[in-house]
Amino acid sequence: MSDNPYQNDRGNKDWSIAKQGGGTLTASPGTGHAMNTRDAFLIGDSMTGGYGGGPDILHECTIAVNPGEITVIVGPNGAGKSTAMKAVFGMLNVRQGSVRLDGEDITDLSPQDRVGCGMGFVPQTNNIFTSMTVEENLEMGAFIRRDDIRGTMEQVYELFPILKDKRRQPAGELSGGQRQQVAVGRALMTQPKVLMLDEPTAGVSPIVMDELFDRIIEVSRTGIPILMVEQNARQALAIADRGYVLVQGRNAHTGTGKELLADPEVRRSFLGG
Amino acid sequence: MDLLNALVTLLNFVIIPATAYGAQLALGALGVTLIYGILRFSNFAHGDTMAFGTMVVILCTWALQGAGITLGPLPTALLALPIGIAVTGLLVVGTDKMVYRFYRRQKAKPVIYVIASLGVMFILNGIVRFIIGVDDQRFADGERFIISAGTFRDMTGLEEGLAFRTSQGLTIVVALIAMALLFWFLNRTRTGKSMRAFSDNEDLALLSGINPERVVMITWLIVAALATTAGVLYGLDKSFKPFTYFQLLLPIFASAIVGGLGNPVGAILGGFLIAFSEVGVTYAFRKVVAYILPESMEPSGLLQLLSTDYKFAVSFGILLIVLLFKPTGIMKGKSV
Ligand SMILES: Nc1ncnc2c1ncn2[C@@H]1O[C@H](COP(=O)(O)OP(=O)(O)O)[C@@H](O)[C@H]1O
Ligand SMILES: [Mg+2]
Repeated sequence: MSDNPYQNDRGNKDWSIAKQGGGTLTASPGTGHAMNTRDAFLIGDSMTGGYGGGPDILHECTIAVNPGEITVIVGPNGAGKSTAMKAVFGMLNVRQGSVRLDGEDITDLSPQDRVGCGMGFVPQTNNIFTSMTVEENLEMGAFIRRDDIRGTMEQVYELFPILKDKRRQPAGELSGGQRQQVAVGRALMTQPKVLMLDEPTAGVSPIVMDELFDRIIEVSRTGIPILMVEQNARQALAIADRGYVLVQGRNAHTGTGKELLADPEVRRSFLGG
Repeated sequence: MDLLNALVTLLNFVIIPATAYGAQLALGALGVTLIYGILRFSNFAHGDTMAFGTMVVILCTWALQGAGITLGPLPTALLALPIGIAVTGLLVVGTDKMVYRFYRRQKAKPVIYVIASLGVMFILNGIVRFIIGVDDQRFADGERFIISAGTFRDMTGLEEGLAFRTSQGLTIVVALIAMALLFWFLNRTRTGKSMRAFSDNEDLALLSGINPERVVMITWLIVAALATTAGVLYGLDKSFKPFTYFQLLLPIFASAIVGGLGNPVGAILGGFLIAFSEVGVTYAFRKVVAYILPESMEPSGLLQLLSTDYKFAVSFGILLIVLLFKPTGIMKGKSV
């Protein structure tokens, strides 16, 4: 039965030297990496699933963000980071696991309903309306709102002053960094309770990247928890309260940003030494 | 004096008719381009939707005339137009619920919709012919001319007359109003902007909480209004015949594609471009030239590039040229 040689009782019939009926239950050794999900404001909990009827891309993957914190997801290309974000936003067939927002189970809500619940999402690609002006992009971000949106728009312009100068320009004519600002601004227009960003600094220069990180920290300071996927793992983990390293759709390493940066194995495999 | 006569002839036989025809094509092409932009397919049933809407308007016009209600100098059809738009709206929304919605649920590829619209086209074709018959129907009433050729000659003393028909004036005015309303709606209202957003990036529209089914329904209603208006204006200007409306599909598609599919401004430009080319290429310029040149140089031929029987070749030719050299159209629509 058991392949543990120490548990092999073969041939022993002498109950005078060995008493029958010891305990059979064993204490769990634990997974070795505590997920600390008790305080999570938004959590995708042990999600397993894939696209349509295709194979599973995520395997028991958990990602979470605590109130007021920044969580960063890093990992190699194709690890399933974007897929995990989509799963949390309700755009994936999650076959197991659950998604909870502020303690409520929202696993069965449609993406639109999740927007209504206060989730804002900036996808990795096609995240702006290219043929519409910057201002119209922001207006469309606020589509579900029926109240006055001018105040929020002013806040977005304060956060990204360049957008105010370009507000009558089609968003498709802007530079990469400005487009990402439009994308983040659009998501902020619903006044979300949590913001999800998929590679907000993809394809921008290092200077613009630092600038964008500063802005993201600024957003986080206003109390909005941020769940973010990043290619630039080192810089991102430096500003992260929590970090997840995903490999092949699984949680490989979890910890605070500092812990992961200090972890020799993470450094060797994902941060280039 | 002769130069003036030449100009009047040109106005009378080319510019005014082509402007009216262009406005009709533009309205038709706007419908096609909206469906293409939002539902992402070329709606082959558009010509027959126009025919259906016009048929409803004609039947209502007859009923109104029978009841002794007219609009005085204006055609009674204007009074029947809102009813025609409403009935056509019901028809297209019904078609969407019965046919296209199924494919949307399946996330079908656009070409499937095109083929489905071909089926819808055949059915509408049959319905219209079944109800009103295949013959020519005239339903224009009221004052025939704003300026008739005789009045113009008396007024100006010119040799050439200039006739400006009510239907032509009406076409231009109604088309301008319809276009202004459409652009105001698309660029200024929340719902209009959400339609443009949906056309631009469907996924992001969804993530912004825009309801696709609502966008699609409003699109169909606008298309019904545009198609019925275009059909009625064309019918008033020429005459109504189901087969002619089916044939209008070619110049209408040519207009939408030349202008850039999915681009409303392009559809309007395209409509006028096609109309002017069609009328210009098939018009015999002999009379105009005769006025300008001295008598000794008077041309012997008709100076007509193509006989009017070949007018469809013009749309087709322009279509080919555009597809070969600028597939996105003049106004940079979606590539085709
Ligand atoms: N829309 C999709 N349909 C099917 N498979 C997909 C789709 N998007 C991504 N994948 C697959 O999912 C895996 C993870 O992709 P992704 O989540 O985009 O990785 P990452 O964002 O970490 O680079 C890849 O193997 C990719 O091929
Ligand atoms: Mg990705």
